Amino acid sequence: MLISDLIFETYLAVTANKARSVLTILGIVIGIGSVISMISVGQGAQSSIQSSIQSIGSNLILVMPGAQHEVGPGASLGRGSAETLTLDDADAIQKEISGVSAVAPENSRRYQVTAKGQNTNTQIVGTVPAYTSVRNLDIDEGSFITDEEVKSTARVAVIAPTTSSDLFGDGVDPIGKDIQIKQVDFKIIGLTKSKGGTGFGNQDDMIFIPISTAQRYLSGDNYITTISVQAQDQSSLSSVQQQITDLLLTRHKISNPQNADFSTLNQADIVQTASSVTGTFTILLAAIAGISLVVGGIGIMNMMLTTVTERTKEIGLRKAIGAKAADINLQFLMEATMLTFFGGVIGVILGWIISLAISKFAGIATTVSLFSIILAFGVSATIGIVFGYYPARRASKLNPIEALRYE
Amino acid sequence: MIELRNINKIYISDDVETQVLKNISFKIDKGEFVAITGPSGSGKSTIMHIIGALDSPTNGEYFLDGNDVSKLSDDELADIRRNKIGFVFQAFNLLPRATVLRNVTLPLVYAETVPEKRTEMAKKALLAAGLDENRWYHFSNQLSGGQMQRVAIARALVNNPSIILADEPTGNLDTKTGEIVLDTFQKLNREEGHTIILITHEYEVAKRANRIISIRDGMIVEDRNNF
Ligand SMILES: Nc1ncnc2c1ncn2[C@@H]1O[C@H](COP(=O)(O)OP(=O)(O)OP(=O)(O)O)[C@@H](O)[C@H]1O
Ligand SMILES: [Mg+2]
Repeated sequence: MLISDLIFETYLAVTANKARSVLTILGIVIGIGSVISMISVGQGAQSSIQSSIQSIGSNLILVMPGAQHEVGPGASLGRGSAETLTLDDADAIQKEISGVSAVAPENSRRYQVTAKGQNTNTQIVGTVPAYTSVRNLDIDEGSFITDEEVKSTARVAVIAPTTSSDLFGDGVDPIGKDIQIKQVDFKIIGLTKSKGGTGFGNQDDMIFIPISTAQRYLSGDNYITTISVQAQDQSSLSSVQQQITDLLLTRHKISNPQNADFSTLNQADIVQTASSVTGTFTILLAAIAGISLVVGGIGIMNMMLTTVTERTKEIGLRKAIGAKAADINLQFLMEATMLTFFGGVIGVILGWIISLAISKFAGIATTVSLFSIILAFGVSATIGIVFGYYPARRASKLNPIEALRYE
Repeated sequence: MIELRNINKIYISDDVETQVLKNISFKIDKGEFVAITGPSGSGKSTIMHIIGALDSPTNGEYFLDGNDVSKLSDDELADIRRNKIGFVFQAFNLLPRATVLRNVTLPLVYAETVPEKRTEMAKKALLAAGLDENRWYHFSNQLSGGQMQRVAIARALVNNPSIILADEPTGNLDTKTGEIVLDTFQKLNREEGHTIILITHEYEVAKRANRIISIRDGMIVEDRNNF
């Protein structure tokens, strides 16, 4: 059989029963489209959560007062009620532990902030200059808090972009403006760059002030709410974490680690916890999509089986006028391939469009991955080809008279 | 050259054995024009299918041009059907939802005839089978029984096979069209030396052949020359 004839016969067979071909293709399109779009939502969520975790800093260890607790994504790093960490603890970590590149203690609480009649409630972070390097914070305009200002308990503030536009409106330069935090006057000396984070650890809605100022004027105590420690590299993360734990246990005179009055958390753990949750989420979505793929697959299977069975007579006739079994096999293989290929291509495009639409209209980040395309395409193509080819192969082995007599 | 030796065909369904052919033996030489007659259900079509390499006997030997057909592979049987035999089915067996021309050219597809020649060959065969030109582009399932029969005949002739096997080729045709078809067969037989075997109920048709084989209950009851 000539290639041109094979293609022409396939074309005629596919177009001969348009409704059947369209339904087969539709089954494939729905299966593939849903797998691709659902997995794209799952993976999009995963990468957006991971990048938001990465945006809070790198090689970070957080030390917080209170007992150890689990952290999940979305939940804030809840502070323990106990106030057990002091600036001395932070200094000790800086001085006594090797492999630490920077330490930034914070005294953070939410306070009412007012400026020229506008007011908002936001996170006020009392901290030290090292905070910028520990938390990957960049300054857009002005400057960050200096050591001088920490020493002199200066009432200066560095504002994050969201808070700035809440108080002063969009596009207004906040530098030099006055604000009141808990009725205390502050002057704005700097504006941070947007980090684009949402939810978890959003650093775009904050005001930074010297830690000494926060303790004296706002909280009125000497405690600190978090110590952010930056390890020199990823590999030393857990050893630094262990050293911090040992050091603080000694300093707080606690012998049993179970009774620790602080907790430590390293970034790798956060990332891992978050990705295991988003992983589960992706698997869930993939499972739903998998069901539609299976349903689509059964549709393809059903179509292919009925087509071939229905055409056993035709197979007999073709054999009777001289077709070899291979000619028959090739024709049905080609038909199945053509249907699944068209369905597959349309399905991939549809899945892509759906995931773009989801990220545009629902604001959910989506990532279309090559893996999901290959998976979806592979599964439906396999089903289509196996169930199109296998019965045709069986029928092509019948002798022509048996096939012609088939009802 | 066709030679059947002690051909038996037994169908077994639900433990009931039906012996359709019983020890059929005969020889047909190249260039013969043979009619097979017999009552309905006597096994005529079954013999024809075996001769056409479409079906295999339960036992017995069938030699075609010196080859033992029962020993041939599926692909070799396909080669025989494609190159040597033109078969007109009693039930026509046309491809539905396909035009008359496409039905007639289909054997040429499998014979890998160059595409440019196909339509011409098909038209020639259709004329020989007596089908009006205004039906050539109709779908085969929009034809009358007689028209379908002529398409089936044209399809059998298109590849210019050396053996033409026709199962009741004039069964659905009026006398005049039947004559056209029989004239075609006779011409192919006399002028081009094709072997023609046809099955018929009608004495008028059988008379055209040089030899008449009569079958009853799966056995040959008479085999005579007719000059
Ligand atoms: N697949 C089958 N299973 C069982 N019996 C069969 C089968 N095919 C044919 N037969 C039987 O074989 C016998 C011969 O059938 P065949 O078609 O050869 O008859 P025929 O001589 O061509 O009859 P007609 O003139 O009506 O066409 C019939 O009795 C039929 O019932
Ligand atoms: Mg018959």
